[in-house]
Amino acid sequence: MVEEITKGKLEEQEFSINMGPQHPSTHGVLRMMLKLKGETVKEVKPQLGYIHRGIEKMCEKLTYQQIIHLTDRLDYMSANILNEAVCLTVEDALQVEVPERVQYIRTIMGELNRIASHQLWWCAFGMDLGALTTFFYGLRDREKILDIFEETIGARLLLSYNVPGGLMNDIHPNFQKKVKEFITYFRKKLPEYDALLTGNPIMQQRTKGIGMLTKEQAIAYGVSGPSGRGSGFSCDVRIHQPYSAYSKADFKEILYHEGDTFARYKVRIDEMWESMNIIEQLIDNIPEGNYTAKMKPVIKLPVGEYYTRVEAVRGEFGVYIVSDGNKTPYRVKFRSPNFSNLSALDLMAREQKIADLIAIGGSMDYVIPDMDR
Amino acid sequence: MRSIINYLKEIFGAVAALFKGMRVTGYYFFHPKEIVTQQYPENRATLTMFDRFKGEVIMPHNENNEHKCTACGICEMNCPNGSIEIISEMKVNEEGKKKKVLSKHIYHLGMCTFCNLCVKTCPSNALAMGQDFEHAVFDRSKLNKVLNKPGSVLMKGTE
Repeated sequence: MVEEITKGKLEEQEFSINMGPQHPSTHGVLRMMLKLKGETVKEVKPQLGYIHRGIEKMCEKLTYQQIIHLTDRLDYMSANILNEAVCLTVEDALQVEVPERVQYIRTIMGELNRIASHQLWWCAFGMDLGALTTFFYGLRDREKILDIFEETIGARLLLSYNVPGGLMNDIHPNFQKKVKEFITYFRKKLPEYDALLTGNPIMQQRTKGIGMLTKEQAIAYGVSGPSGRGSGFSCDVRIHQPYSAYSKADFKEILYHEGDTFARYKVRIDEMWESMNIIEQLIDNIPEGNYTAKMKPVIKLPVGEYYTRVEAVRGEFGVYIVSDGNKTPYRVKFRSPNFSNLSALDLMAREQKIADLIAIGGSMDYVIPDMDR
Repeated sequence: MRSIINYLKEIFGAVAALFKGMRVTGYYFFHPKEIVTQQYPENRATLTMFDRFKGEVIMPHNENNEHKCTACGICEMNCPNGSIEIISEMKVNEEGKKKKVLSKHIYHLGMCTFCNLCVKTCPSNALAMGQDFEHAVFDRSKLNKVLNKPGSVLMKGTE
């Protein structure tokens, strides 16, 4: 044994270890089988199935109103947007025109959801790199959004606010005032994020040039959302195929062309500014009207296949429903952004150090229940 | 020589950036009024939840111990998790008609996901969401609650 070490035989060996499913820096129950050579990552094999609940199969036994509360539990950080995706699919199939008020509120809620999610991502990303302070600052600002949700919806994380045809209930009288207060508050606080983490040279050295993903690779692997836009892949569904009230707001797509971890970081920070822009344009113009369209108590979709895509926080989220005319769907398939993004992890992490793998994983902003479903 | 200068530059740059971050944290150290942390178990007496907060499903009763539930079973049908169970019996009322009367409205809090569908679909507005959120108990069976109070009857005029 001693001879082998002195001869350097062990040094040349590759060895494999498991990261997760309970590793504190893997954001949940994701198991990654790593092939390492020293500290260099040679291969990453993600193993899924630790939080598989069979949500797509469960949907086949539930009515369209009941499916909503399961989509909360996919990507719990963008619950409102996923709810909206199912609602849009059902409304599209029934050809129901939802009131304009509903569209505005859905958009505002979705953007608030996006900011809240990016705030938590920023907390967790700092934590991944060893900066504990970020966690407190991000959560402090996220609490303001959760309070807005709690006042109008009654829930903080698993919202279930959108229902086919409209909303669960009307917005709270304080809603507009509180959102405006939040925007002015957060416009002051967001530069703090830059002072604490973005400008830090330690953080920049750990992210710049790490985890490269070219535009071609991003398109080939189906990496969408902020992770894809960090590679210059223009994939924002809100711009290319506007739904709800996005066509009424004027905003631009955030694109960075570097394709490294820092670019993905910058996309998310800039998206928070852009989301605030969208909310500011819409919040004063919420039209009067009903908060729900007239719907039958039992929804039966006409026979056929329906697909809708929305821009969830982590990328393009698609809902595919096959209906056979009953009150429950025949088959439901969710196209979740995290699953596609995960497939590119091996590509990005090869020949990087094991500590960089954590930074790359953090910059991809994984939510494990969304991969496994 | 140049590499040494660059090396030193990097070090001093990093220290300067650390102080930039420390200025933010230092600001909050000297402005304790801007800290938003709530001392939770201590502030229980003054803590109020929002009116719409979904803590649990409750059945409001009026002062005469009357509720509005007609035991129609729509909430049971709409619940995605089967957390509502309705046990009813047929009784003959004063007019001599047979009618369904609620005997037990069982609510399994442990299975509930607070999706609000039961409250939303109830045709007689018999259910509501309560604001209580401290549900921890030592025994799982304590999470199975009977929502209608003992001895309660249907409110007059509710169909």
